Amino acid sequence: MTRTMLTGNAAAAWGARLAEADYVPAFPITPQTEILETLAGWSQLGEIPARVVMMDSEHSMLAAAVGAAATGVRVFTATSSQGFLYGFEMLYAIAGLRLPLVLANVSRALAHPITLEPDHNDVLSARDTGFLQFHAETSQEVLDSILMAYRFAEHEKVLLPAIVNLDGFYLSFTREAVEVPAPEETRNFLPAFAPAYPLLSNREPVAMGAAVLDPSLYTYFKHQMHNAAENVLTIYPKIADEFAEIFGRRYGAIEEFMLDDADYVIVMTNSFASMGKAEIKRLRQKGKKIGLARLRLIRPFPHEELQRVLCGRKGVAVVDQNISVGKGGILFSEIASALYGRTDKPPLLLSFIGGLGGRRFRPGEFDGMLAKMENPTESAGETARPHLLFTGEECRQVGRFFTIAREGEPSRET
Amino acid sequence: MKREFYKSLRTISHEEPLGSGGPLCAGCGGQLNLRLFHKALGENVVFVNAAGCSTLLATYPLTPLNSSWIYTAMACAPAGAQGVRDALDILKAKGKLSADQDRKVVVLTGDGAAQDIGLSSTMAAIHRGLDFYYLCYDNESYGNTGFQTSASTPYGSRTATCPITPSSPHGSLHEKRDLFEIWRVQRPPYLATVSPAYPLDLSEKVYRAAKLKGPKLFIALTPCPPGWEFDPEWSVEIARLAVETGIWPLKEAIHGEVAHTHIPRKFDPVENYLARQGRFRHLFEPKRDEETIAHIQATVDHYWKDIANGRAAKPHRLNNLGGQDGSSHGASESEANNMLRPDVGGERANR
Repeated sequence: MTRTMLTGNAAAAWGARLAEADYVPAFPITPQTEILETLAGWSQLGEIPARVVMMDSEHSMLAAAVGAAATGVRVFTATSSQGFLYGFEMLYAIAGLRLPLVLANVSRALAHPITLEPDHNDVLSARDTGFLQFHAETSQEVLDSILMAYRFAEHEKVLLPAIVNLDGFYLSFTREAVEVPAPEETRNFLPAFAPAYPLLSNREPVAMGAAVLDPSLYTYFKHQMHNAAENVLTIYPKIADEFAEIFGRRYGAIEEFMLDDADYVIVMTNSFASMGKAEIKRLRQKGKKIGLARLRLIRPFPHEELQRVLCGRKGVAVVDQNISVGKGGILFSEIASALYGRTDKPPLLLSFIGGLGGRRFRPGEFDGMLAKMENPTESAGETARPHLLFTGEECRQVGRFFTIAREGEPSRET
Repeated sequence: MKREFYKSLRTISHEEPLGSGGPLCAGCGGQLNLRLFHKALGENVVFVNAAGCSTLLATYPLTPLNSSWIYTAMACAPAGAQGVRDALDILKAKGKLSADQDRKVVVLTGDGAAQDIGLSSTMAAIHRGLDFYYLCYDNESYGNTGFQTSASTPYGSRTATCPITPSSPHGSLHEKRDLFEIWRVQRPPYLATVSPAYPLDLSEKVYRAAKLKGPKLFIALTPCPPGWEFDPEWSVEIARLAVETGIWPLKEAIHGEVAHTHIPRKFDPVENYLARQGRFRHLFEPKRDEETIAHIQATVDHYWKDIANGRAAKPHRLNNLGGQDGSSHGASESEANNMLRPDVGGERANR
């Protein structure tokens, strides 16, 4: 084990290196590029045996990932945002073929308008594909989650691919202290890839990706995928314990921060949860009984774990760093569905849209969320709808941009 | 082309790599091509398939192929092949796959995937020098979806998206895009056109390609009975007429050097080919469309005249073609063979 300073991207590269991925198809996109560059550099220097191949698009990159995983090697790849969407068709192919590879997604908000800053509309668009999803807050967690993701993905009761998500810029380019496990130590947790079923390298011919013309067959295979994803929830504690035993760090499906006696809970994901935690600490100092639940495992969705964490609270505010236009927060809807039917569910579940395109929280916004939970004033119809976090100052700033766009920049002399 | 291995039809393997009862249409030219191609390739094949007619070959729980198969998506079969090839090499390097278990990786796509949606991934695989085969069954349309216009659709063809109407009486007015030349730009080790009506030519080309490492690319004209509208029993004859009219030149390019492998002694007029197919019926009924027929004939004549003059496919050695004015197309097989350059490419000289 070595302790060193790593960006989120470098930690992802180290995760792939320690997982001893055999094959890395690559295509650049900001803010992911550093991951694949790092792996390509190591490969060129002979520091890792992995073969890194520059492809012609994310679609081709993920198709190469399909081919390699279907032939029986361990595959790692990474992308972001537009690239994630460009290759999107192949996400369904990878999951449908039950190929247990790991993909790091460095979240970046989707065009249009173009931006490089993060939110989670990219990664959450894959929530229905069959990929497992682990969302990381720190560089350490990025590295650790990649190792854990392979264990879950390759488990014979799962055999589904996994995404490890990290926020662009805020985490991808932030250097943090990371404990890098030794290779031998890692192999104890993650042994070499041993495919569970015959693949294209098999002596006898196999046909993969065959058409099904019977709807019952299609349904059967989709149910199989769903059941396999849910199996992760069953095996999760055992693998998390095993990880903790070897590496000394235990990751729950949900991280519970200052929740023990909390009446009110903010739900967040990814690196912006660090900002949320700082706000929680501040509010705690003011005597407020508030805590934060950070969703780490988003697919499969940890329904029961979420019920355990949230039921019995007085109020819950879900901060979605995404927007399903015309509906609201994606995770809000999922959390609401997980709580429905529980008699001890929190009487108040509020939705806030924050962090779009990397927008940081403004002072007072967490106080505002808490105030809304403490003194609900809205009707049930209103609480079902999202609060879009935006300040008057931002409004005025946007107005100034509008003026410039319409009339040109005001003369410097005036 | 002097055939070195496939000298008679008896040389073609009696092993059937394709089982009977497959789901493709009766008389499918693609299946004829695939069968011959696979016979010449032999065993240990992995097909990487793009969406098209052939995708239905493997329909759960059956596959007619005595070889492995993976369907990827429409745009990216060559990229899928990259992953398969690389993974096989990785497994070999790790000692997990013996040499006798190695696989030939074959991309199987139609012309829609090859010409349009998959062109980028194909060009990239050629650029990377991927060691693979590519068999494009060119039925000159999006066949599986019901015969819509593709970039391979020839001038004058009716298609489902280019129906014959009073304002569009001639059929498609786009020329068929020359995929052979597009691919040849990157000088792949082996590139050829083939026809199911010329099994020895097809098989010999696979034999020749097998000696080369890198991209080995085949474009197979693929008569399509339901799309082209002819009786399935005429598939081979239609394929033969395409060659004998000069519409479908049989050729190869080794590292970009082009040579024609079968040159008809006397070219049939194009209308012998066109008139046999419903997709061109409007050129003959209710009255002859002389202008369009003449255009198609002129295009073919122009191609062969250029070949005879050494213009189209420079820098080829074409002076054995007979007349320099293009009036004589009657090169014998041995003369045609002389057009091949035995001095091009080390592997080639070693044959």
